[in-house]
Amino acid sequence: MSELTQLGVQAIRDGVAGGTFTAREVAEACNAAVADAATLNAFIVTTPDHALAAADQVDADRAAGRPLGLMAGVPIGMKDLFATRGVQTTAASHILEGFTPQYESTVSQRLWDAGAGMLGKLNLDQFAMGSSNETSHFGDVVSPWRRSGSTAGLTPGGSSGGSSAAVAARLAPAATGTDTGGSIRQPAALTGICGIKPTYGRCSRWGIVAFASSLDQAGPMARNVTDCALMLQAMGGFDPKDSTSLDLPVPDWSGALDANLAGKRVGIPREYRMDGTDAAILKAWDDGIGWLKDAGAEVVDISLPHTEYALPAYYIIAPAEASSNLARYDGVRYGLRDLPQGANLQDMYAATRAAGFGDEVKRRILIGTYVLSAGYYDAYYTQAMKVRALVARDFAEAWDKCDVILAPTAPTAAFALGEKLSDPLAMYLGDVFSVPASLAGLPAMSVPAGLDGAGLPLGLQLIGRPLDEQGVLNAALAIEQRAGFTAQPDRWW
Amino acid sequence: MTDSSYRIHGATGDWEVVIGLEVHAQVTSNAKLFSGAATAFGAEPNAQVSLVDAAMPGMLPVLNRECIRQAVRTGMAIEAQINRWSRFDRKNYFYADLPQGYQISQLYHPLVGEGSLTIEADEKAGIPADKVIGIERIHVEQDAGKLMHDQHPTMSYVDLNRSGVALMEIVSRPDMASPAEAGAYLRKLRAILRYVGSCDGNMEEGSMRADVNVSVRKAGEPLGTRTETKNVNSVRFVMAAIEHEARRQVDLLEDGGAIMQETRLFDPGTGTTRSMRSKEDAHDYRYFPDPDLLPLELDQVFLDECRESLPELPDAKRRRYVEELGLSDYNAHALTAEVETARWFEALLLTSAAAQNKVLANVAKQAANWLLSELMGALNKAGRTLDDGAVTPESGAELLALMGAGTISGSIAKQVLDSMIATGDAPGVIVEREGLKQESDSGAIEAAADQVLAANGDKVAQYRGGKAALFGFFVGQTMKAMAGKANPQVVNQVLQAKLGPAGEA
Repeated sequence: MSELTQLGVQAIRDGVAGGTFTAREVAEACNAAVADAATLNAFIVTTPDHALAAADQVDADRAAGRPLGLMAGVPIGMKDLFATRGVQTTAASHILEGFTPQYESTVSQRLWDAGAGMLGKLNLDQFAMGSSNETSHFGDVVSPWRRSGSTAGLTPGGSSGGSSAAVAARLAPAATGTDTGGSIRQPAALTGICGIKPTYGRCSRWGIVAFASSLDQAGPMARNVTDCALMLQAMGGFDPKDSTSLDLPVPDWSGALDANLAGKRVGIPREYRMDGTDAAILKAWDDGIGWLKDAGAEVVDISLPHTEYALPAYYIIAPAEASSNLARYDGVRYGLRDLPQGANLQDMYAATRAAGFGDEVKRRILIGTYVLSAGYYDAYYTQAMKVRALVARDFAEAWDKCDVILAPTAPTAAFALGEKLSDPLAMYLGDVFSVPASLAGLPAMSVPAGLDGAGLPLGLQLIGRPLDEQGVLNAALAIEQRAGFTAQPDRWW
Repeated sequence: MTDSSYRIHGATGDWEVVIGLEVHAQVTSNAKLFSGAATAFGAEPNAQVSLVDAAMPGMLPVLNRECIRQAVRTGMAIEAQINRWSRFDRKNYFYADLPQGYQISQLYHPLVGEGSLTIEADEKAGIPADKVIGIERIHVEQDAGKLMHDQHPTMSYVDLNRSGVALMEIVSRPDMASPAEAGAYLRKLRAILRYVGSCDGNMEEGSMRADVNVSVRKAGEPLGTRTETKNVNSVRFVMAAIEHEARRQVDLLEDGGAIMQETRLFDPGTGTTRSMRSKEDAHDYRYFPDPDLLPLELDQVFLDECRESLPELPDAKRRRYVEELGLSDYNAHALTAEVETARWFEALLLTSAAAQNKVLANVAKQAANWLLSELMGALNKAGRTLDDGAVTPESGAELLALMGAGTISGSIAKQVLDSMIATGDAPGVIVEREGLKQESDSGAIEAAADQVLAANGDKVAQYRGGKAALFGFFVGQTMKAMAGKANPQVVNQVLQAKLGPAGEA
C-alpha cells in the first residue's frame, strides 16, 4: 500500500497545498485501500467517485490559485448515520435499506465545503445502538487488530466501529463518528486512534439519524490529536436548523494546541477505580498521570460521587428518547415496507418493524416505551433525569478543583466478536467510563496510551469543562507526545 | 353571576348539565409551528410539506416565533397569566396521519395559564346575566395530517399539508351549564381570536373545532362522570351535541346505568353522539420533554411588544360605544360582536364625522342605526355581505351626509342604497343621475299643496272641524305630488301655514 495512506489529515492537506502530491493521488490511494479491505466490512457502501470528484476540485482550485479549505484534499469515511444527498443512508438498519436522502447533513456538508471527499458510508451498530459493531444489519465490522498469535476476530468497538476500523487500518486518514454514550471514544480506544466528542451543541445534529437527541453529538476520529482538532473545526459551528446548536464561533483549536500544561490541574476521579477494570488499563491510567505531571500539570484527586448511577440513568434516558425517535420508521413514507396479504395499517406497522429493526434496537425501544409508560414514568424517567442533573453537578463541582479530568476510556481492551453479544448487561457495562460525560454534555476525548500484554491498544479519556475542547485537546496532545504510540495493526486482510 | 336555569327533565327530577370545552384554534401564520412549510387552506394534497413535516430521518423542529407571539397575544386578550418559561413535550402514538409518531405539544408547562372571558346576558337564550367562564390554559401544539379514504378502493391516502400546522388548545373550566352558554362561549372566543388576529375562526375550514366535555348531576351533588365528544366543528353542532349527550346520560342514569368515561363522536346527520373508544383502550401517550427543543423563555421586550400590538377588544369597545358614543347597549353589542362589523362601523364613523363636520358622538347614532337596520337589511335582501365591497364606509358616509344635509330624504336614501348595492355607484352619482335630489323650494311645494287642498275640499273642512289626524294625509298627498322628492320639513311648514291649526274653523 502506498505511503499516502499513512498520512493524516494535516499531512495530506499540507502536501496537497504544497504540491508534494495531488489530491487525486491521495483519493486514488485511499480508494484502493478501501477496495482491498472488504474483509473488514468497515463500509456499507463505497463512493470512490465522490472522493475523486472532491479531489479533482481541490486540485483545480489549487491550480487556479483559489484558497483551499481546512480539509482540502482529505478523503474521509462518513459514518452511515449522516444523511448524504444521493447516497444510501441506512443507520446500518434494514428498515432504512435503500433510503437515499435528497438532503445533506449539516456536518457532512461542512466537511465537503472544507474540501474533504467521501470514500464511502461507514458501517456502525444499528441506529448507533451498540458497543461492538455487532448489531449492524450489514454484518459485523472486524477490527484490523488481532491479539498476538491469534486470528480470532475482535471488535473495533461501537457504535462508530466502521469509522475506527477504517482509520486504524489506514483506509482513511479520518472519519466522522457520533457519540451518544461513548460511540466515538470507545471505538477510538479499542483501535488505537483518537476521537473527540465535543460539547453538546458544537456540531449540528441536522441530518444525523437520531438515536437519543439530548445526547447525540458528532465528532472526528483520526490518528492524532492535531487531525482531530482540525477536523472538528471543519465540522462544528452554529446551525439555525438545530435548536440545540450552540450559537458560538468555532475556535481555532488546531492553531492554539499547546502541550505545556504548567498551571493546569488534572483531576483523577476516585469513583472511576472500579472492579472489573483491566490491570493493563489501570497501568495505562497511571502512565497517563505521570505524563501529564511531566507536561507540567498538577494532579489532584477528585470525587464524582454519582458516577455509579450514571450508567443506569443513561440506559433509561437514551432508550426513552430512542423509542420516540424511531417511531417514524413505520413503512409509510420511506425505507422498508412489509405489507402482508390482507394486512391493515397496524399489521403493516408491526410487520415492517418486526422485519426492519434488529434485536438490540427492539430491546431499546421496549425499554424506552416501558420507562415512559403511565405509572412508571416517575420511577424511571423522572428519576433518571434527576440523576442526570446530579451527575452534571458532580462535574460542575469538580471544576472548582481541576481543569481537566483524566480517566480510562473503556474498562477493557478490544474483546472478541461474539463474546458479549448474548449478554447485553455486560456490553452496557463497557460504557461505564464514557457515559457520565455524555449525560453532562461535556467535551471528552480518547487518545492512545499504549498496548496491553496481548498487543492490543488502550485508550485514555480526557474530559473537559463545557466548551473547553481546547483544554481537552491540549492534555491529549501532552499524552500523545509522551506515550509514543506508533503501533498499527499488521495487515492480514 | 346567576346560575343557568337550564335543566334536563328526567323521570326522577331535574338534572343540571356541566360543560367544559377544549377548543383547537389554528394559529394564523404563514409557516407551520416547527417548519417553514406554508399553511394556506385548499392547496393540492402534499404540496405544503417540508422534510420536517414528513419526518424524514435526521430532520429537526425549529420553533416559529410568530406562532408563539400569536398565542401569547391570545392569552393576553383573555387576561391570562403568560408563562415566561414553558416547554414542549412529545405525545407519542402511532397513526398514519402523524409521520413522526409523536405530536409536539405542551402537557407539563403550557405557554398560557389561567384566564377567563365573559359571555353576555341573553334572556331569550336563558342566560339571565353576564357570566365569567374560566379558561384553564392555552397550549401550543402541532396539527396532524389528514387521511383520505375515498381516493382508492383498497388504500387510504394521506395528505400532510396540515401536518405540523400550529394549533392553540384553549381549555375552559367546566363553567358552562347549558348549550346556550356553550354556544355563547364559543362565539365570544371566536370573536376575541378574530379581533386579536390569532385565528381566523373559520369552523368550516377546520380552523376552529371543539372537544366537548359533558356530565350531568342532580342539583347540589358532586360532578358526574364526563364524556368527551371530539372534533365538533360548528357552534350549532356543539350545542346539539351537548343537548343529545346530556339527555343520553340522564336516560342512562335513570335506567340504572352508569356513565363510562369515554371518547365519543358527534354525527351531524343525526345530531347524536356515539362511542369512539373507552378509557380502557385509551392511548398511553408517554409524554416526555422534547429533547430536540430547548425550553421556551420569553423576555419582557417580547411580552411588551405582544401587549402593545393588541387591538381594542370587544368588551372594551362595547363599553366605549355606550359611554362615549352614546349608543344603546343593543347597538353596541351588535356592532362589536364581529371584528369586521366594528371595523366597518368605525371607518364609517370617521368618514361621516369628517364629511358632516361633526364630532364622532354626533354622528354615531345615525351611523349605527343606518348600518344595523338600513344597510344590513338591504345587504341581506340582496344576498350580499358587508365585506364584499358593494358599499364601502366611504360611500355609506357620503349617503349619510346627503341625508344630513337634507339633499335627500330618508325614504329616497333607501332607494339610493338599493341602487348602490346593485350598481356599485357612489350615492351622489345616483342621486344626480336619477334626479332624486330633494325639493326644498317652497314655491313648488306651495303649488303642489294648493292643488292637494283644492282637490280635497271635504277633507280640509273635516280637518278644520277638528280632525287633526288628517294632517298626515295632506303631507302624504303633497309628497306624492312631488314624487317623493320634497323636503318633508318644508312640506310640513307650508301645509301648516295654509291650513292653520286643526279645529279652529
